[in-house]
Amino acid sequence: MNYIFYFLIVISIVAGAVNGKLDDVVNAILSGAELSVKVAFSLIGIMGFWLGMMKIAEKCGLIEFISKLIKPITKRLFTDIPEDSPAVGDIAMSFTANAFGLSNAATPIGIKAMEEMQKHNKDKSSASDSMCMFLAMNTAGFQLIPATVIAVLVSIGYKNPTSIIAPTLLVTSIAFVSAIVFAKLFKKLWKPQIDNGGEE
Amino acid sequence: MFHSVMNVISLWALPVVLLLILTMGLIKKVPIYEVFTDGAKDGFKVAVNIIPYLVAIIVAISMLRASGIIEAFGAFCMPLLSKFNVPVDVTPIMIVRSLSGSAALGVFSDIANSLGPDNYATTLAAVMVGSSETTFYVLAVYFGAVKVVKLRYALLVGILADLVGIIAAVCVCNIMYA
Repeated sequence: MNYIFYFLIVISIVAGAVNGKLDDVVNAILSGAELSVKVAFSLIGIMGFWLGMMKIAEKCGLIEFISKLIKPITKRLFTDIPEDSPAVGDIAMSFTANAFGLSNAATPIGIKAMEEMQKHNKDKSSASDSMCMFLAMNTAGFQLIPATVIAVLVSIGYKNPTSIIAPTLLVTSIAFVSAIVFAKLFKKLWKPQIDNGGEE
Repeated sequence: MFHSVMNVISLWALPVVLLLILTMGLIKKVPIYEVFTDGAKDGFKVAVNIIPYLVAIIVAISMLRASGIIEAFGAFCMPLLSKFNVPVDVTPIMIVRSLSGSAALGVFSDIANSLGPDNYATTLAAVMVGSSETTFYVLAVYFGAVKVVKLRYALLVGILADLVGIIAAVCVCNIMYA
């Protein structure tokens, strides 16, 4: 992450200078910083709502029930969390929310899943294999209906806006499966986490 | 038909989940109001916790977009992309969609509005935007929330899967529409 952060900024400055857009790049610092706080603060309310709901779901045994239901799949994908951890249920809920395009709910629940996985993480400052798998599946962006895209198509008078659902679903499924395969593959190739007793 | 069924499901998914959670809670004699507020307390904490990570990633990406390098890179890739029937206008989307969701949607709206409904570029762009998630944002938020700074192979896998998604979108659209 250190190098990525460095290169993103260095490349921006160099490219900005070459393209004569250095002032835009500098202005982008301010607008970007402002945007990030806006994004974070817009999350507070909805985050609280879903964290509250998820807590009820956990207390009444719903999460445990879902965890048991999808255990056969998750125990193959998320090998370093115990089968009966609430993380499993959270992961399932998060994907369900994503698939139905409820990104408002998916992000808080996804974060909750990360927190549960962090409890089983050997090195708290580095990503566990389960986290990498979870995020690989998440970044592939599996979604049944691309609602916002369809809305734009409707607004320009696209002949049959819903016709893009099938190809989109096909593409996102391919990306989703390949993300799982890549995560499995790199888990074997990458050097394992060092167990430093959970120190940060 | 499929679409209207999916619409109904999308509309009802959230209310049904809420009813299910609350009813289950009451049946199991969980003090739902107390438990809810106790859980919701963490909302603020989590949102504030991710600010530093969001600032880092969003500022860096805003700078990158302002620098004009994405357009330059798109122009650089053109000879290769035109072989696969990819219109010039779509190339920025390939890069932006992994970096920023709102930007990808913005570029897509531009394409859709300027090229119109009967253009192949509009369709390809729609499929590309619809099938993607903003990898960098997701990584920053999710890892930021648990204060993980060593991402190991997570970013690499995310980018590779994005790449597969782009190639798949080009192939699928070539077969179905071109």
